[in-house]
Amino acid sequence: METKNMMIVGVGGQGTLLASKLFGRLLLDQGYDVKVSEVHGMSQRGGSVVTYVRWGDRVCSPVIDKGEADFILSFELLEAARWMEFLRPGGRIITNTQQINPMPVITGAAEYPQALEKRMAEAGVALDAMDALSLAEEAGSSKAVNLVLLGRLSRYFDWPEETWQQAITASVPEKFLELNRKAFHLGRNS
Amino acid sequence: MKTLMLGNEAVARGLYEAGCAVVSSYPGTPSTEITEAAAKYPEIYAEWAPNEKVGMETAFGASLAGRRSFCGMKHVGLNVAADPLFTIAYTGVNAGMVIGVADDAGMHSSQNEQDSRHYAKAAKLPMLEPADSAEALAFTKAAYELSERFDTPVLLKMCTRVSHSQSVVETGERVEPAPVPYEKKAAKYIMMPGNAIRRHPVVEERLKQLAEYAETCPFNRVEEGSDHKVGIITSSTSYQYVKEVCGDRFPVLKLGMAWPMPEKLIRDFAASVSLLTVVEELDGFIEDHCRALGLSLAGKDVFTPLGEFSQNLVAEKLGLPVPRGTALEETIPARPPVMCAGCPHRGLFYTLNKLKLTVLGDIGCYTLGAVPPLAAIDSTICMGASVSGIHGFLKAAGGEMDGRTVAVIGDSTFMHSGITGLVNIAYNESNATVIILDNSITGMTGHQQNPTTGFNLKGDPCTKIDLETLCKAVGIRRVRVVDPYDLAQCEAAIKEELAAPEASVIISRRPCVLLKYVKTAPPLTVDKDKCVGCKACMKIGCPAISVRDGKAGVDETLCVGCNVCQQLCKFDALRAPGEV
Ligand SMILES: Cc1ncc(C[n+]2csc(CCOP(=O)(O)OP(=O)(O)O)c2C)c(N)n1
Repeated sequence: METKNMMIVGVGGQGTLLASKLFGRLLLDQGYDVKVSEVHGMSQRGGSVVTYVRWGDRVCSPVIDKGEADFILSFELLEAARWMEFLRPGGRIITNTQQINPMPVITGAAEYPQALEKRMAEAGVALDAMDALSLAEEAGSSKAVNLVLLGRLSRYFDWPEETWQQAITASVPEKFLELNRKAFHLGRNS
Repeated sequence: MKTLMLGNEAVARGLYEAGCAVVSSYPGTPSTEITEAAAKYPEIYAEWAPNEKVGMETAFGASLAGRRSFCGMKHVGLNVAADPLFTIAYTGVNAGMVIGVADDAGMHSSQNEQDSRHYAKAAKLPMLEPADSAEALAFTKAAYELSERFDTPVLLKMCTRVSHSQSVVETGERVEPAPVPYEKKAAKYIMMPGNAIRRHPVVEERLKQLAEYAETCPFNRVEEGSDHKVGIITSSTSYQYVKEVCGDRFPVLKLGMAWPMPEKLIRDFAASVSLLTVVEELDGFIEDHCRALGLSLAGKDVFTPLGEFSQNLVAEKLGLPVPRGTALEETIPARPPVMCAGCPHRGLFYTLNKLKLTVLGDIGCYTLGAVPPLAAIDSTICMGASVSGIHGFLKAAGGEMDGRTVAVIGDSTFMHSGITGLVNIAYNESNATVIILDNSITGMTGHQQNPTTGFNLKGDPCTKIDLETLCKAVGIRRVRVVDPYDLAQCEAAIKEELAAPEASVIISRRPCVLLKYVKTAPPLTVDKDKCVGCKACMKIGCPAISVRDGKAGVDETLCVGCNVCQQLCKFDALRAPGEV
């Protein structure tokens, strides 16, 4: 099988690492060779963050390059646009429509670009945009955006919900299990 | 069992399986998780040392006492620990000793992009260089075998992409090597000239034997290819990019042992291909070695010494097809890291900016104080350089800059290498004002305990070094504490200490808001009738505040109610809940 590529992008502190950990675990359980490349340190402090997940028969490089990603799972709209160039032709972006202003926008040095969804779609991207924040809040916490998005992502794979729920059970602390299961379910059925 | 592990976790697993007993490290991205993961194994004694030199010497002491030991650090940490490194290369070890060092090509979280392989060559020590997590585990275990077989410390070189990528590992059981009895061996362990002069030839001989070993070391391997027009020598993460784009097309010599290098293996490989190509990140280290052997090759003339590689870069340089994507036509605003909402560093930097001071800075979360709108840092070099630097700055300015210049340094950084600079200020008497930004944690690298926090690596309570007492003991008479959330208090204290005719220390104390035990206040709200849109609250660069349509707004998901912005509002428009 040819190597598949997914990027998880967002803003430091949004919980992208849990999403990649969980997805990586699921892929390993399915018998794939897997690599997950994370960002730690400096850029975690509210900066733009990216995680690469790759799976297949044999995965070499731990990173994904421009024009390679089958999926980009984006936790924030501007970040989807930032990383769009990494999508392969025919790839899909699944994005939260939430907007978080970066510092240059806050200080007025730059503007948050308008109509990003429309323009990404016009550029030929298969775009699946959703308000993951509201669903996360419905599930019980704005922090559960990651599981809502994973739920939405799961619709593009053939595995039954049970497979995903097992990976959630294995990756999430007991205390938050119910919340995360619910968030995933809401995302999957949104 | 097969699991996914970060390269750093795999090193820790290797330490565990090899029976390592003592780990002493200083945190530094991308090396930190090795020691954090090692600390989770009850069989391993693991600690955070105040700096890398102490960590390495502690690990050496443990080896001397007969137990396998480890110390871990980032690339620049090895500069700090270089002094013991070059001499334990002479003494060798008693039980096995491994030194983990992680480079950061691309400077994801570092102040420079130095290549640690030069240390192996300069100190004449063996260095292993894994390319994924499975190798990280295997090489760590092998490093102990090598260390004991050749009586040498062994360097284990990681890098950001190996340290911070999860890949599949197969875990094994721990061996429990019998402690090696300690015996006094003056000629081996007392490195005064008369002894050291006899150890140097031992080092040279050992290096020859290691080079011999490198010829058959299983970590240096040729992977056959169908097309011998090009042959690639590579290592570490570059190997992965090469395999990604070339598959089995070109023959590859993968070097898992970065130093010493196998002469015959390289010559034979070179002879089997038409164009020898070396693909390595950062410096042309393998390249230089090959050139010294008289081989001609393509190396840094093609592959840049700058930054990280990727599969597209390697494909492009090898003339292979490169995938392309589509970008939006407009520039996407950058999203640089920012000081968190409620960060205690913010109020202090606001005050430094307001007073227009020259600020010698240091390394930590507070380096973000250099970024507009705070923009209150003039220099950042390496850990400790603020405190030593201000002394030289003031001496050179001959009184001219007194009263206008401060040094800022974090609590962890102060313990790491600020103390000696402060000793110099006291001893050689400059009129410096040093501000210790005490947020009660090592923030930048992800919340590690340090000697001032009162907790050790395992999270147990332990002796807490008292900064006030320490600074006074060093000879500073004027030591005071301020709360950085209180802008008036900060400003008054800084003005007073700058006016004082002697050196002083101001401890700006408040724990990092991200610490679990810190109770935050409810978010502020904006009284839109009172807000005139003057943007005074924007001067602190808080990610929770923005101005839209002429009125300030507070993002309630981010605001932690620190009230620093409230102190800047002349119109009483920012309110804590319940305030009228
Ligand atoms: C020699 C060296 N070792 C380690 C590091 C990595 N590092 C950068 S800043 C820092 C410590 C920051 O902690 P602190 O001084 O308490 O400031 P904070 O981030 O909490 O504001 C560390 C360990 C480094 N840059 N140089």
